[in-house]
Amino acid sequence: MNILTHAKHALPVKDPDFSNALSGFGKDVDNFGAPLDTSKRNILYVEGITVSFDGFRALNNLNLYIEEGELRCIIGPNGAGKTTMMDVITGKTKPDEGSVYFGRQINLLELSEHQIARGGIGRKFQKPTIFEALTVYENLELATASNKAVWWTLTKTLTGEQKCRIDEVLVQIGLKELRYKNAGSLSHGQKQWLEIGMLLMQSPRVLLVDEPVAGMTGEETEKTAELLLSLAGKHSVIVVEHDMKFVRSIARKVTVLHQGSVLTEGTMDQVQNDPKVIEVYLGE
Amino acid sequence: MLTKRLLLNDRGGAIVLALIALMLVVVPILNLAVPASSPLHLSTFTVTLLGKFLCYALLALSVDLIWGYCGILSLGQGAFFSLGGYAMGLYLMRQIGARGQYGNPELPDFMVFLNWEHLPWYWHGFDSFGFAMLMVVLIPGLLAFVFGWLAFRSRVTGVYFSIITQALTYALMLAFFRNEMGFGGNNGLTDFKDILGFPIAADATRIALFLSSGIALLLAYLTCRYIVTSRFGRVVISIRDAESRTRFCGYKVESYKLWIFVFSSVLAGIAGALYVPQVGIINPGEFSPLNSIELVVWVATGGRGTLYGAIVGAFTVNYGKTLFTSYSPETWLFALGALFVVVTLVLPKGLVGLLGRNKKSESAHEPLESHAEEKIEVTPHTALAEEK
Repeated sequence: MNILTHAKHALPVKDPDFSNALSGFGKDVDNFGAPLDTSKRNILYVEGITVSFDGFRALNNLNLYIEEGELRCIIGPNGAGKTTMMDVITGKTKPDEGSVYFGRQINLLELSEHQIARGGIGRKFQKPTIFEALTVYENLELATASNKAVWWTLTKTLTGEQKCRIDEVLVQIGLKELRYKNAGSLSHGQKQWLEIGMLLMQSPRVLLVDEPVAGMTGEETEKTAELLLSLAGKHSVIVVEHDMKFVRSIARKVTVLHQGSVLTEGTMDQVQNDPKVIEVYLGE
Repeated sequence: MLTKRLLLNDRGGAIVLALIALMLVVVPILNLAVPASSPLHLSTFTVTLLGKFLCYALLALSVDLIWGYCGILSLGQGAFFSLGGYAMGLYLMRQIGARGQYGNPELPDFMVFLNWEHLPWYWHGFDSFGFAMLMVVLIPGLLAFVFGWLAFRSRVTGVYFSIITQALTYALMLAFFRNEMGFGGNNGLTDFKDILGFPIAADATRIALFLSSGIALLLAYLTCRYIVTSRFGRVVISIRDAESRTRFCGYKVESYKLWIFVFSSVLAGIAGALYVPQVGIINPGEFSPLNSIELVVWVATGGRGTLYGAIVGAFTVNYGKTLFTSYSPETWLFALGALFVVVTLVLPKGLVGLLGRNKKSESAHEPLESHAEEKIEVTPHTALAEEK
């Protein structure tokens, strides 16, 4: 059963460098063929996306535009399609209809997960997903933007510059003292930060962050808000979150999803006073 | 620098390697230099038995590399072992020449028996030792490449992968049982005479084979250590623990799985090639799915995800098997089953986990900058039961 669902939704539609597995051994493209064209200010164009799972429409003609350097919060009741939307952008799920462009030139639907990740779209999962058997340092090392082909990782170590970058990020996420600790022994909040740190090591243009403060203490939530705010500007950050207080503290622009499409967009105040939103979400 | 990375941070491994090296020195002396009358003399039978264990250890190592580090539970590793063995067997058959029962200089006995006129095309080339050795590496490697490419590309993982590898080895077993395949059918290949011109049953040849197996094991161990302590190794561990995270970090998971699977199969093939001249026979029974499962038990018993644990496991379980099967053969399978249950329930880290219990707290803080890339700590998962 697993195999079947995989075949339908997870298989990359087209994976040009896997079809040539031998050449993928030593040489691998780090970036997309075309340069990123953000001349119209937008960095991500999600247009008319529809995804159905066994007849259930998880996404229904979804349109979403993200500007460069923007911090966007996406809210919506359970089942509104927030996680599916991230799956589509990162290449995990292929939509039935619609298009996703990164800049104006790069069609993300033609690429597989690792290509999208290398090209500059990082993703944080809902549940903190880090490599528990490795140390904090090694977690960041793995995420570092570098040649990720088999032969390179087998024979080369990181450059001094890349190591410096790891140190910077360690400071940024506040885990400098814990660098040689096993990631599995970190607290829940620290794991979340480590995962954000791993995203930063990829030097992404767009960060997709799924429920970053779920299960965090008040203090941890505050630190996370600070961290995300400091990232906006340099990166486009898309945050999916349930915690309204948290969203209010960081959001400039909020998008409300409902039943797989955009219900409304605007500032937190506008959104909260929108009668449609009150009906489907806040009014509950 | 490299020695440090390969050995110094791996105390258990260093101990196991030292013991094997010691064995490689002592065993030949006790067998060749000590007269047969002395109680210290080691019989050639024992030498061959130990040589066999060394091959098993190499095979176990190949399983631990993919299962312990990459989380790929292949239940068909025996197939690659047997293919390596058959490649060696073909060479050994060609060395018999006209000394077979039927005295046919062109054809092996079983072909004469089947009234075959010509040597099948795929037997050509196996007169040459170099060609045969190339095939020992190439055939298992190529099969693993094609099979792995198809399986990993379709994202077949976990128990599904285990099942299709079982099917693979079973299918090969059925194929090799057939006389038309031209590999001796049921009886397989046997009655070997020479290897590289040396009589295969002679004491000195036996010792040479024993030494070759030991050296192959040592080299393979160091190569595996190199792999698991490299960045590649850490990617592989990441795939084991969080595959989709690894993918979203920009790694092409399929390629990593494929290459580690191919390498592991090549190791298994080499183990098979060293095994066959020592036991003097290769038959389709070696492809039996049960064999592949058994060697997973060796690794689980020794301790998964440590490399040296696999060697310890292969020696312990096979020594136990030798004892059991000589005293009470019918109980062996029960003992094996019980062992697996006990290991899974009580010793998730295997035998070496027993010894290294307090090691973890010792190495937890080691703030040396230069060790950052060399240090690697692996928490092996509990055995089979946890496989998804």
